[in-house]
Amino acid sequence: MAVLIWVVEGSWPACVDAAGRLGWSGDRVMLIYVREAEVTAAVAGAYAGLFGRGRPARDPSQRLTEASISVAEELLDAAEARLGRPAQRLIRTGRVEREVVAAATGVDMLIVARDGDLSRLGPRSLGRHTRFVVDHAPCPVLLVWPRIAPSVESIPPPLDRPPGQRKPGRR
Amino acid sequence: MAAEISSILLLFVVLGFAVLRPRGLPEAVAAIPAAAIVVASGAVHWADALSEIRRLAPVVAFLAAILILAQLCDDEGLFRALGAVTARASRGDPIRLLTMVFVVAAAITAILSLDATVVLLTPVVFATAASLGLRAKPHVYACTHLANSGSLLLPVSNLTNLLAFTASGLTFGAFTLLMALPWVAAVGVEYLIFRLFFDRDLGLGTTGCEQPDELALPVVAVVVVALTLAGFGLTSLAGVNPAWAAAAGAAVLAVRALSRRTATIKSLVSAGSVPFLAFVLALGVVVRAVEDNGLGSAVGRLVPVGPSLPALLAVAALAAVLANVVNNLPAVLVLLPAAAAGGPGVVLAVLIGVNVGPNLTYVGSLATLLWRRILTRNNAEPQLGEFLRLGALTVPPVLVVSVLALWVSLRMFGG
Repeated sequence: MAVLIWVVEGSWPACVDAAGRLGWSGDRVMLIYVREAEVTAAVAGAYAGLFGRGRPARDPSQRLTEASISVAEELLDAAEARLGRPAQRLIRTGRVEREVVAAATGVDMLIVARDGDLSRLGPRSLGRHTRFVVDHAPCPVLLVWPRIAPSVESIPPPLDRPPGQRKPGRR
Repeated sequence: MAAEISSILLLFVVLGFAVLRPRGLPEAVAAIPAAAIVVASGAVHWADALSEIRRLAPVVAFLAAILILAQLCDDEGLFRALGAVTARASRGDPIRLLTMVFVVAAAITAILSLDATVVLLTPVVFATAASLGLRAKPHVYACTHLANSGSLLLPVSNLTNLLAFTASGLTFGAFTLLMALPWVAAVGVEYLIFRLFFDRDLGLGTTGCEQPDELALPVVAVVVVALTLAGFGLTSLAGVNPAWAAAAGAAVLAVRALSRRTATIKSLVSAGSVPFLAFVLALGVVVRAVEDNGLGSAVGRLVPVGPSLPALLAVAALAAVLANVVNNLPAVLVLLPAAAAGGPGVVLAVLIGVNVGPNLTYVGSLATLLWRRILTRNNAEPQLGEFLRLGALTVPPVLVVSVLALWVSLRMFGG
């Protein structure tokens, strides 16, 4: 069985712990971290916007790229250590959500953490990238809460209205 | 007519070269010959060109001093220390970190100019967020945004400010007094929009982080920057050019660095960006030629006069649009002579427009944006939709609120 764990800042320990709790033996575990290309590109753009300072050597996006690679390495190190077993490591660069979906091809289980509004149960508990991954994953997905899940009472009560009657104010 | 067309053409060549940067050549390579041509062809009288250079030279020297001062502060470890301070103060909370990044980026931009924030502070902020186990994106974007919208406060914060400061006839103190409220307003509006925009990214806390580094505050650098800042106020009161305060600050750190062999004359000259300074002077001469040959009166008709609120808003919007079409440096050079006729209020409104406007396109202008799109078309073009959306959301409200604040400042302090 091949398990892919999506490592994201802030929420990855919950994913790793979930994999541990599943208690499979002999599984192939993969850890993926995606470096968001947009951040580096935005910094390169900010430097390009400084008119007349055409010195590529000072472009801060170079330093950012180097730093983000070592950040990715360190995160995967920490995740592997927490997992307590060797794992295959994947570092990708680009559009986060698409890279994760592409890497999930052919795996038996993708483990993802919620990363949106964690104060209540509901669709907003998934961030934009996570939403995309859950909606487009070509494999089974295990969706975990990075902290203790909110109680069921956090779901707003259903709107009581007779069947067939439309919600007021909406079309 | 021939002089008019040829000088406009030359300005486009200079700007185009600066955007395209063929073979990575410095922008001055096109700008200096262009300046020579407009003088030789008589499009601008040599005496006028000389007076333009004489007008710009102190501005450029001031800029050089600030650039060197910022680089020396980095060598002293000031920016690393700021990273450690923000990490410590945030205690791993992403919202607290964002607040700290806003404070630090607004202060660094104001005191050591936007170059320092983009080149020196941004990588540090990225590393700080990462070391705390937090997503770096909101904090990095805060730096890139505040490099522009946080540069309203002091005449040294931005090259455009130095140019506007010279044109406005205000003292250093009066300029700062008038721009304090707009600066606070701009940073405040940015902060509110960032909080909403990155709501979800800021919702996830840290996952345990590295122990923050031991705080080794570079005392000398901090003291020199504080004294330089005080020097700006004192020179302004004494009627001396505040560039001397910046030069003194840079000189103190330079002597120290040279004696400790952490810098060489060569590295200091390089930090001063001589080709950039030459580019500014040459661009000034070419713009002067364009103005003297008819554009000046055309812009004069476009720029509203008087410090009424609608006029200030219109001027700021015009400046923001122009900054986005070409870039804020040529935009401010073209607009300033006409704006100066309208008084300091109009000049400062132009400044708000050219400083805040560039956040609309992530590279400061449409021309640069288009060129970069062409360059990267064959490679994987990074998705910049989110960053552009953030710009579109922040720039209009920041512009309106800071112009409103300027209008209030003008009524309170006169000008």
